[in-house]
Amino acid sequence: MKFSHAIIEKNATLLLVLSFIAVSIGGIVEIAPLFYLQNTIEKVEGVRPYTPLELAGRGIYIREGCYTCHSQMIRPFRDEVERYGHYSLAAESMYDHPFQWGSKRTGPDLARVGGKYSDEWHVQHLTAPRSVVPESVMPGYPFLAQTPVRSDDIADHLRANIRVGVPYTDAMVASALADMKAQANPDDKNADALLARYPGAVIRDFDGDPGQLSEMDAVVAYLQMLGTLVDFNAYNDEANRR
Amino acid sequence: MGAAFFYVIMGLAATFAVIVASLTHDPNFAIHAWIVVLAALVAIVAGLNTFDPEGKPKPVKGKYLDGVVQAGVIATMFWGLAGFLVGVVIALQLTFPALNLDTAYTNFGRLRPLHTSAVVFAFGGNALIATSFYVVQRTTGARLALGNTAWFVFWGYQLFIVLAATGYLLGITQSKEYAEPEWYVDLWLTVVWVAYLAVFLGTLFRRKEPHIYVANWFYLSFIVTIAMLHVVNNLSMPVSLLGAKSYSLFSGVQDALTQWWYGHNAVGFFLTAGFLGMMYYFVPKQAGRPIYSYRLSIIHFWALIFLYIWAGPHHLHYTALPDWAQTLGMVFSIMLWMPSWGGMINGLMTLSGAWDKLRTDPVLRMMVMAIAFYGMSTFEGPMMSIKSVNSLSHYTDWTIGHVHSGALGWVGMISFGAVYFLAPKLWDRQGLYSARLVNWHFWLATIGIVLYAASMWVSGIMQGLMWRAYDSLGFLQYSFAETVAAMHPFYLIRACGGGLYLLGALVMAYNIARTIMGHQRREVPMGFAAPAVQGA
Repeated sequence: MKFSHAIIEKNATLLLVLSFIAVSIGGIVEIAPLFYLQNTIEKVEGVRPYTPLELAGRGIYIREGCYTCHSQMIRPFRDEVERYGHYSLAAESMYDHPFQWGSKRTGPDLARVGGKYSDEWHVQHLTAPRSVVPESVMPGYPFLAQTPVRSDDIADHLRANIRVGVPYTDAMVASALADMKAQANPDDKNADALLARYPGAVIRDFDGDPGQLSEMDAVVAYLQMLGTLVDFNAYNDEANRR
Repeated sequence: MGAAFFYVIMGLAATFAVIVASLTHDPNFAIHAWIVVLAALVAIVAGLNTFDPEGKPKPVKGKYLDGVVQAGVIATMFWGLAGFLVGVVIALQLTFPALNLDTAYTNFGRLRPLHTSAVVFAFGGNALIATSFYVVQRTTGARLALGNTAWFVFWGYQLFIVLAATGYLLGITQSKEYAEPEWYVDLWLTVVWVAYLAVFLGTLFRRKEPHIYVANWFYLSFIVTIAMLHVVNNLSMPVSLLGAKSYSLFSGVQDALTQWWYGHNAVGFFLTAGFLGMMYYFVPKQAGRPIYSYRLSIIHFWALIFLYIWAGPHHLHYTALPDWAQTLGMVFSIMLWMPSWGGMINGLMTLSGAWDKLRTDPVLRMMVMAIAFYGMSTFEGPMMSIKSVNSLSHYTDWTIGHVHSGALGWVGMISFGAVYFLAPKLWDRQGLYSARLVNWHFWLATIGIVLYAASMWVSGIMQGLMWRAYDSLGFLQYSFAETVAAMHPFYLIRACGGGLYLLGALVMAYNIARTIMGHQRREVPMGFAAPAVQGA
């Protein structure tokens, strides 16, 4: 029997089902393998879940829409590697729910901004960007330093992350609030325990105001850890070629 | 379904929202709960004026349910103006950063999602829902199915828009582009969308014609695909059922590809397939000619919906996404050029034998310009998806210019054309208030788009080249800040282009308002010269 498109045109259910099949295939073929192909995420040393303070800072980064102007994804080009550092690995965002790769660089890439500027510079820049970069078109965020960061539900944030697969331990959840406070206070008695739980965490009074755990503390703590976790001396480029 | 049922549902919704508002520790979440309370109360008051006190069902007026289409046309105009205005504001913020005012509620990062959602989902979405309800009734000869469910779809969708928009200003966002609303708003949209599908499909089932008209294929595939994309991309884990914040189910590379599978097909199905449905009804109607090729419409429909869904990875070229996925995305993006131009050819060639009407009919002119921009941006898109081109264009304003030649040129112009077509019909008027004002709108919008796209080409390509420029000693020639400073004049030109486009939309709003009021401007018809002034 000769096929006629009229069969489909005369049957709304058939049209619906065939359309749905047509639009399902591409996504299944492209996305599903990323969940089981072993080489999708490189094998690296050093990537750990965010500390409670970094996680809170990341939440503020998302809330303010920083991703609309800043990428966190360095491409493997000579100019990008010289400007920003080693090209980004999939492993570096494996605990990012959601990812923050971005799509536009109205401002520079931030994938490896951690450790490049002082805390004072970040505080000044976030408060009044053009006071340190005259050409900048970034909005100022002076309210961050004046707003205490919300901390009462931080353990719930860790629990939600556990439910989507981030390997926080029970001890991390139990001490989440203490860890959050300790990271902005080098004299805190919990500082060593924090470091043991989150190797490489930077412990400083980020906003320069010891009296208050502010949103500025959280954002700067997050910015200062970006791109600093992977030890690239131990990274095997060839073994991870995809 | 009687009035009592309606009041019970609304009363329960209001009570539930009051309980949520009093229990939550999240002040932003409480604001959203109060908005829901307010919406339910407004619905109850509106119901008191609508329902018959004795519970008798109102007699059905007219063959078709057109009230909801009228509401949709007004909502399209309203949200269009709001979305364009926010666009001009954020364009000016990039030009003059002091306009961010340095407060939490007015900075670019929060206003940008407000702009994108307002134009894509509020303006575009209302245009799609309104036109699909109009087209499906006219092409099936049947009234919208499921009684007043279409009204639920309309008002439910407006509530979604209000929750999304206020959420952005309050800082409630998932940070997934074009999918920023949080989990509870996503759940609400899912309910509304399922109702939309039910009404549309139900109306198709009741059709009096044996064949389903081609416009409805596009509308149906748009509704179904958006449902799939929306549900999968928004899978997330709330921190608390009494708080706004959630964490995406996927992370890193998997989350990135899921997002851009969604993001690109928000373009492909929301902004393309749905609006092609619009084209397939309104262009033949306005031109008074049948669709050019029935066979082409079959081929390009199936090719378009099958190929589009693969194109997402071209948003992730040279990232940490595995190369095989990037290459696959690029290949399918290039193939997509063909079915896209199939649609353009079918639309343009429909004017065969009616090209002379462009001289006298500015509404048709607007539709043709829309199809021309559709053709241009669906050539530019595949070109930019080639990896080596993308290495220059990605992260720059070139992408922004490309999106806007599609959004302002194709989506905006075809919607304007449809609204100009619908207004006199829906309100039973002789014709539009003024064809000359449509002509003004046409030129303001067209010149606005040209300024917009041209300035973004220049600034995007310039910035991409400056980022990769080396001096004679082998050092990077420009600091990032220098490239930002170089953007300034082009950002100003872009803001002017956007301003012209907004001005055109204001002219349209005036024209449509006067049309609804039943006025008609006394003017020389288009295509005729104004009478020469007689000498004394």
